[in-house]
Amino acid sequence: MSRNKPSKIEFITRIVVAQFSNAGRADSMNIFKFGGIYSKRASRHLLSSLLLILPLPAMAALGDNAASVLADQARMKGTLRSVDAHTYVMHEITAPTGAVVREYVSPAGAVFGVAWDGPFPPNLQQLLGPYYQQAQQAQQAAASAQQQRGRRAPVVIETPGLVMYQTGHVRSFHGQAYIPQLVPQGVQASEIH
Amino acid sequence: MLLAVASVIVMAACGGSGSGGGGGSMSTITSVAVTCSPSTIQYGQTSQCSATVMGTGSFSSTVTWTASAGSISASGLFTAPSGGNVSLLVIVTATSTQDTTKSGMANITVNPVQQANNVVPVVVDLGPDPQNAPTVDTPYVTITICVPGTNTCQTIDHVEVDTGSPGLRIVSSVLTIPLPKQNNLDECLVFLDGYVWGPVATADITVAGEKASSVPVQIMIPSTGSPPVPSSCSSQSMGPNGNEGGSVDTFGANALIGVGLFQQDCPACTTSPPPDAYYDCSGSSCNPTTVSLAQQVTNPVSLFAADNNGVLIQLPAVPDGGSATVNGSLIFGIGTQSNNALGSAMVYPTDNVGNFTTTFNGTSYPASFIDSGSNGLFFLDSKTTGIPACAKPVNTWYCPSTSPDNLTAVNQGSNGQSGPPTNFSIEDASNLLNTNNSAFSTLGGPNPGSFDWGLSFFFGKSVFTAIENKSTPGGAGPYWAY
Repeated sequence: MSRNKPSKIEFITRIVVAQFSNAGRADSMNIFKFGGIYSKRASRHLLSSLLLILPLPAMAALGDNAASVLADQARMKGTLRSVDAHTYVMHEITAPTGAVVREYVSPAGAVFGVAWDGPFPPNLQQLLGPYYQQAQQAQQAAASAQQQRGRRAPVVIETPGLVMYQTGHVRSFHGQAYIPQLVPQGVQASEIH
Repeated sequence: MLLAVASVIVMAACGGSGSGGGGGSMSTITSVAVTCSPSTIQYGQTSQCSATVMGTGSFSSTVTWTASAGSISASGLFTAPSGGNVSLLVIVTATSTQDTTKSGMANITVNPVQQANNVVPVVVDLGPDPQNAPTVDTPYVTITICVPGTNTCQTIDHVEVDTGSPGLRIVSSVLTIPLPKQNNLDECLVFLDGYVWGPVATADITVAGEKASSVPVQIMIPSTGSPPVPSSCSSQSMGPNGNEGGSVDTFGANALIGVGLFQQDCPACTTSPPPDAYYDCSGSSCNPTTVSLAQQVTNPVSLFAADNNGVLIQLPAVPDGGSATVNGSLIFGIGTQSNNALGSAMVYPTDNVGNFTTTFNGTSYPASFIDSGSNGLFFLDSKTTGIPACAKPVNTWYCPSTSPDNLTAVNQGSNGQSGPPTNFSIEDASNLLNTNNSAFSTLGGPNPGSFDWGLSFFFGKSVFTAIENKSTPGGAGPYWAY
């Protein structure tokens, strides 16, 4: 689960490779990989060059734009790895605690899905952004509907505007959330994991 | 054999001789009698024996002590063998040294040591508030907690047994004794579908004949309580409404006893920066803090003097359609007593976070787990299984069109060894949940991407949960065996 933090030298090497890959092979599966803690400015530069220039919002979220990934990385004090899957780009942030958050960005530049994995759930309010309230309401509605027979089980939220799952137990949580309307054509929801 | 001067009582001297000393050649031994007190003891215990030598003349009262088992000292102190599990009849003999044809005998019964009772009854019923908040597939035990080192105690019923977490957590409104709190330390613990929040305190915990002293436990408080829930806690779940430990009805239990694979809940909390799990609430607000393992809320089983390497849950089979209530056992220890031997159970080691692999229809799901705190069989999704979800509002359960729907899956430990296929059935949950039954072996729902083998899995089985780093006859934990 946890990933070794790249050394500074390794980071420089990776940046060089990344820039080469970026310039030469746009369809490369692994466009760049670097240690976020050491390279906020550089990573911002790379992301910008990849995804066009976007303002950096204060807080990242599902449904937000691609640059919000960097805000999440900074907040999680994590390392960032990005993979171009052609129909989308997956940005994987690994926090020092071992928690991993993956954000899926469409060609249109929107975070259409997020997934997480680690000893604790992420800050869902930040990660889901405006959709957090929607998830809250959905879960509350389900809880009151089932009040007669409570369900102690994985989270399953399937609303027209938001799909969210979370499962696991103490020491191991994983989940995913996506906005069906924003998922690029040809991308399977199961790819968000 | 020990030769000694016995602590005899010379009861009588027959004949007309009134002389008390000398004349050894003139004296005779008429009998030797032996008594031992107590005459019934346990393995490892002692019994004091004494001989009464009777004779004529100035006879010698010296005897030789022998015992058919165990040992006996010069002074007649019998010590039983150190261990055994059958009752033993020991014959203690005192033989006159003056006349070895004269001896006396006594019996001592040696019984197996009265073992700490390691069994607590488990009941699956509608829970602590069946009228307002009936539960389903939830196993409960009764425990006693005390202010550490005192006789200020409280017995709590409907304590949920959870193999998916470590430690005792008590709904604050249930608590009637003043458990001492650990210097402004509060915990946020996220469960699957909600979180619990509240101070860490210490308690002596007694379950069946087992006791753990000064155990860190959590007192779960409502969102209106103090200290207030930090947003970094509630944000890991669905906000303030996700606080399920705030009341008995939202929690579905008076308390929860976590008897899972691990001793503590947050190894990552021992190093900086700490995750949003334990909080220092000594200032005006609560801030995440590092906490040593010893200070963390701890699986009480791991702190028992004996039977501390895991638990065995035994529940009888439940027929299709469910049962109103089910009675079974929570047994402490694995291979420590005659009632918790692994026997033919297969051991499934887990990875270091408590998962193993379940294979269904040829696809492996590596983040699967067994959890008595989940109240059904939660696995995959309708698309993968072909089992439709129920109609709203119970659409988070499965409602197979052919009920029961018989399925099979294979579990595999982290050592790569697969067990025999596990067969299970799913029935229409909308029908099941419309009954007043509380226990179902066929209740299921979706859990995309993995298997959560909840309580339904436990019926008709003996399921062992071995604690990390504790040795057992099946190897060290963490593992499940069934």
